[in-house]
Amino acid sequence: MIQINSLNARLWSKLGQRGTFGITLLESGRDFENLMVLSADLCSTSGLDRFRLQFPEKFLNVGIAEQNLVGISAGLAKEGYLVFATTFANFAAMRSYEQVRLNLGYMGFNIKLVGLGSGFAMGMFGNTHYGIEDVALMRAIPGLCILSPADCTEVVKATVAAAMYPGPVYLRLTGVVNNPIVNKEDYPFEIGKAIHLKSGSDVSIIATGSMVYHALEAAKLLESKGISAAVINMHTIKPLDTEAIHGACKNSKLIITVEEHSVIGGLGGAIAEYLCGFASHPRLLIIGIPDAFQKAGDYPYLLEQNGLTGVQIAEKVMTSFNEIIHSERIPQ
Amino acid sequence: MTSQDPIIKNIKPMADRMRKKALQLAFSAGNNGAHLGSGLSIIEIMAVLYGGIMKIDPKNPRWEGRDRFILSKGHGTLGYYTALEEAGLISDEELSTFEKNGGFLPGQPVMNMDKGIEFSSGSLGHGLSLGVGVALAGKKRGQDYKVYVLMGDGECNEGSVWEAAMAAKHYKLSNLVAIIDANDMQSDGARCDIMAADYETIWKGFGWDVATADGHDVSRLYETFQAGVRTDVPRAIIARTIKGNGVSFMENNNEWHHNRLTQAQYDAAIKELDS
Repeated sequence: MIQINSLNARLWSKLGQRGTFGITLLESGRDFENLMVLSADLCSTSGLDRFRLQFPEKFLNVGIAEQNLVGISAGLAKEGYLVFATTFANFAAMRSYEQVRLNLGYMGFNIKLVGLGSGFAMGMFGNTHYGIEDVALMRAIPGLCILSPADCTEVVKATVAAAMYPGPVYLRLTGVVNNPIVNKEDYPFEIGKAIHLKSGSDVSIIATGSMVYHALEAAKLLESKGISAAVINMHTIKPLDTEAIHGACKNSKLIITVEEHSVIGGLGGAIAEYLCGFASHPRLLIIGIPDAFQKAGDYPYLLEQNGLTGVQIAEKVMTSFNEIIHSERIPQ
Repeated sequence: MTSQDPIIKNIKPMADRMRKKALQLAFSAGNNGAHLGSGLSIIEIMAVLYGGIMKIDPKNPRWEGRDRFILSKGHGTLGYYTALEEAGLISDEELSTFEKNGGFLPGQPVMNMDKGIEFSSGSLGHGLSLGVGVALAGKKRGQDYKVYVLMGDGECNEGSVWEAAMAAKHYKLSNLVAIIDANDMQSDGARCDIMAADYETIWKGFGWDVATADGHDVSRLYETFQAGVRTDVPRAIIARTIKGNGVSFMENNNEWHHNRLTQAQYDAAIKELDS
């Protein structure tokens, strides 16, 4: 069983989410007798080289063929294997979308599709390699669970939880090496159960994946400006933890979602769809990647350009919060 | 192998019954219509597989040692469901629910292990990858089942077929058999006009062991299935068929790719089969 402690958290952070995923499978290889790990010619970059060497009978490289990756995974899963199918998020979610829809969704095979390097993690590779629509696409498929770990420690927790989960999962890995640490020690992780990282009485920031750390940074800045911000780690985007959303609504004047994904169809979209069923709820501010293709750049540049750093998130929250306060002061 | 062989002797009348039932089902589907052309072109292939070649236990559809069949060309259900009924996997009563609202036998198959339906299909180009996965699982576990994947020749336009074809050869899946229902027609017309390809050469080029057979000659088909020899490569059987086979006004006539039958057309078709 893989040990979670501050030392490992630091090591994993250096490797980033992809490398940590590889280590988790390496450490868990013996725990799951029926495990099969498939790669579409991205073994090394997925951190799976050591797994491949240690468990050659549990590893399969299908070549650069993502449709076949998911189809073969389905055949193996049908025969009782626990399959992790891995490739970059853009390919997993888009090149093989129909295979995902039919095999993970319609037939519900026990496949864990791992979207590596999602969001802007591919940096200078440019838009062909960015994963900015994957959550929207995966979310539209009935029956698919979507996990988006906040940091490398949570990659370990989510990978093991996905392996234990009796159904199809899309595991979205974000960020690059030196992935900021959110969780230093072990903690309870349950699919579908959001984690309250920080309390606050004015606004609630609900973040997922790489943006959880930046949301915490934003919350610190907001506190210094007199705005009390709660932070919730929504590591499971589907099924959505609606209880956590209700809790946030009760205690806040403003709900903010933050994600390294398009503002269309991701976590913000999911919460907006849910909240619109209620007569009244706090204003919702969706922070994510604008609906446009971006100029290529390195990872920090892209976060900055898209307003996804802690400082920028805090500024957007302050603007929106001040508007609410201002409108409350104007007699109706 | 002769047409007097007891197994083959049974397959021919089985195919004849299936063709007639296929027409009955299509007629009962009324305005929903059915994929008649394609369903009729695979009748003999399905009869040979379910009547003589495949190891199955209708009393135990989940038997681990069973041979696996995947109807990758999901629109061939008239040939598939009638074979499942003949094999005792579905009842005559169940068969009559074909294309009924909310039923389990719609126009394209829905995975149903209790009825021997291994996968849902219908979107073309998916089945061979599934077959590769199932065949790999069999090899890894040392099980000796075979995996049969039935595809259309038009379906082979799909690029995903060739991803799977490449992989099957690479993994030396000698337990995998692809059958190509080569009726030389596809939805919009003659295959040679739409996407001409010499599939025999292509499958060979992908390293498969390729055989061709008359897809309506049950003796020849049976013999071809039995003749699998190589232990290191997958096998493709190109079955030369006629779309709409058995009903002269449907044969090679793409109006019958998907269509509904009037009473007069149905009567004429049955009369022809009975003659």
